[in-house]
Amino acid sequence: MNGKVIYLDNAASVPTRQEAIDAMLSVLEHCYGNPSGAHKMAREARRLIDNARDTLSFGLGCDPKEVIFTGGGTEADNLAIFGVHGSRNGTVVASMTEHHAVLAPVEQLGGKFVRVHPDGSLDLDHLAEVVDENVSLVSIGLVNGETGVIQDLKKVAEIVRSQAPDALLHTDAVQAFPWLDVASLAQPADLISIAGHKFGSPKGVGVLVIREGIDISPVQLGGGQELGKRSGTQNTAAIVAMAAAAAVTTAEREETVERISVLRDFLADKLQEIPESYETGVAIHGGKVDRSNKIAGSCHFCFEGIESEALLFMLEQENILASAASSCTSGAQDPSHVLAAMGYSRKLAGGSLRLSLGHLTTNQDVNTAIEMVPKFIESLRKTGS
Amino acid sequence: MSSKGKILVAMSGGVDSSVAAVLLQREGYEVTGVTLKLWGGPSDTGCCSVSDVTDARRVADHLGIEHHVFNFGDEFESHVVVPYVRSHASGLTPNPCIECNRYLKFDKLIRRANALGFDLIATGHHARIIECANGVRIGRGADSSKDQSYVLYMLNQQQLQQLKLPLGEMEKTEVREIAALMDLRVADKPDSQDVCFISNAKGSRRRFLEQRIDLTPAKVLDKDSRPVGEVDSLEMVTIGQRKGLGLSGQGAPKYAVDIDVEHATVTVGQRSELFCMATKVKDLCWVGEPYLVNVDVQTSAHGQTAPASVSSTVDWVEPHVKVAPGQSLVFYDGDLVVGSAIAT
Repeated sequence: MNGKVIYLDNAASVPTRQEAIDAMLSVLEHCYGNPSGAHKMAREARRLIDNARDTLSFGLGCDPKEVIFTGGGTEADNLAIFGVHGSRNGTVVASMTEHHAVLAPVEQLGGKFVRVHPDGSLDLDHLAEVVDENVSLVSIGLVNGETGVIQDLKKVAEIVRSQAPDALLHTDAVQAFPWLDVASLAQPADLISIAGHKFGSPKGVGVLVIREGIDISPVQLGGGQELGKRSGTQNTAAIVAMAAAAAVTTAEREETVERISVLRDFLADKLQEIPESYETGVAIHGGKVDRSNKIAGSCHFCFEGIESEALLFMLEQENILASAASSCTSGAQDPSHVLAAMGYSRKLAGGSLRLSLGHLTTNQDVNTAIEMVPKFIESLRKTGS
Repeated sequence: MSSKGKILVAMSGGVDSSVAAVLLQREGYEVTGVTLKLWGGPSDTGCCSVSDVTDARRVADHLGIEHHVFNFGDEFESHVVVPYVRSHASGLTPNPCIECNRYLKFDKLIRRANALGFDLIATGHHARIIECANGVRIGRGADSSKDQSYVLYMLNQQQLQQLKLPLGEMEKTEVREIAALMDLRVADKPDSQDVCFISNAKGSRRRFLEQRIDLTPAKVLDKDSRPVGEVDSLEMVTIGQRKGLGLSGQGAPKYAVDIDVEHATVTVGQRSELFCMATKVKDLCWVGEPYLVNVDVQTSAHGQTAPASVSSTVDWVEPHVKVAPGQSLVFYDGDLVVGSAIAT
């Protein structure tokens, strides 16, 4: 990348933490032995992975043996859903606003979907209708990737436990980890997915927490690594990097949330002033916008009369990098299933903008966005494109 | 070299649009590539599949130009796919490439390009933009076997003023030579298929239509209205069709000469009955003044032309094969597109 960029796409991936880079390079250089091996370099690799497991178990509020390393968030979600279904059959259930890594497996298994309210919060009455004793797994993400809306897993768990005592609760906490104390908020879940690159490790590494005593059938068979639940030689360097990133993220979290939520509110309040703008996932109380149900880094709007792609293009010309809905494999912007589920028209959803802040976001970044976004929206509305 | 302006090149991932980008770059334009995602999810085929986007992106990277993807899927569905299906359902023969050019490439894309600060757009079509005394016109490309002026007849003055067609003067072989010389990965890529959202595999069109409309079984009648056979889907029959009418082994070859959607019948006849002296048309339009003399009329993308005089009908000089209703008729004066109409 040339020049300085204003990076407001932290929900897609955050800047790699220096701690992660250092840890990773050291492993790549000095500890390339196969962690399943017997000699001393192999044992050293294994020790590093065990340490990483300890670190992550702390951040996730679980026992180290409950931490299963995977090749990322999608793999963790797939392992949770196919793994539970493989060992228990039954019906799988997810919310309509889950990431595709959850939606696609649930669809393939002929599962059921739970509605959300217009503010993105789960429709708990509908959940209670959908969940019965035939259900084997309920998957509800802790934080939505597009809107930043937080779900109350405690309430979800209460319904699941009473309607389907044998069912398991999975949460995709991929978007939550940088901002929330996952250890406590995901406590009610039996299975938890996270992805390293959302908090500063390289891509392609993640964790599925599988609480002790839960039997899942592995999706990937082979050498029996990761307690037989995920075969394949562990990616030592990435796992160690993820642990380093998790440690620093957890340590700094409170301070980051405090600083960034002020910046985010400042940004979102300014964008509220744009005519015909709709901030998602918020409540209005007495004329004041309540963003308490969103993570601190999330600023997500729909603007009438514009198309996201055009706005993003213009922002990029000013070195502001952001996104709209989830990107498809070709790099185009696909219509958002999340906004559709929240009741936004396809047209209005086509004018969405996600500015996601991160631990490196500065006042200057936000000020530039405040200067550019309203200007570009006005210009696009004038040209009618 | 100072920039001649900012130009947005529609890059499909094929050899033509890749070379168009090369030529514009050589001319000194500040080139940005864009691939339109028009169709398809994971199972997409045709001109906007993920692998074609990858080809376009890799070519752009090779040329050192920026590449973007615009998702015009909703507009493609409403302006191209839905009318395509509706045409088939009403017994018409649609041309989706023309509708895509009309609504997507040369309307939506130009408006998007203008909004984003581009002066011009370009495509890899084999056709020429020709300056005439009273404006600019579309003309045939130098490579007559690849000429695509037929599918560009709808371009208006404003669109033509903002459009560059860098391949207009080139033979296809030259295009491939340039691609090879420039070491473009798409130099030997086969030309694209006709209907990009339906694969070339046998039975694909039928499967596609089946998912969207109920196909109607129809009686096949001879010219005296006597039933001689059956087809299981009226919507799949086109005027002039010989195969697939279930009549093999019944004497001399028979052709579909009339389709009656209301009564679900297909009338067949001898080849001679396929010919007519006049074709009824709608949406008749001239680029400038109407031609009172004969013009050359082309009735399909790669068809031959035939002379005709055009008034409220197209009156052929020699008997002409019936034009399937829904097809575009494009009028030429030499290489110049001078008018158009739709067969009814």
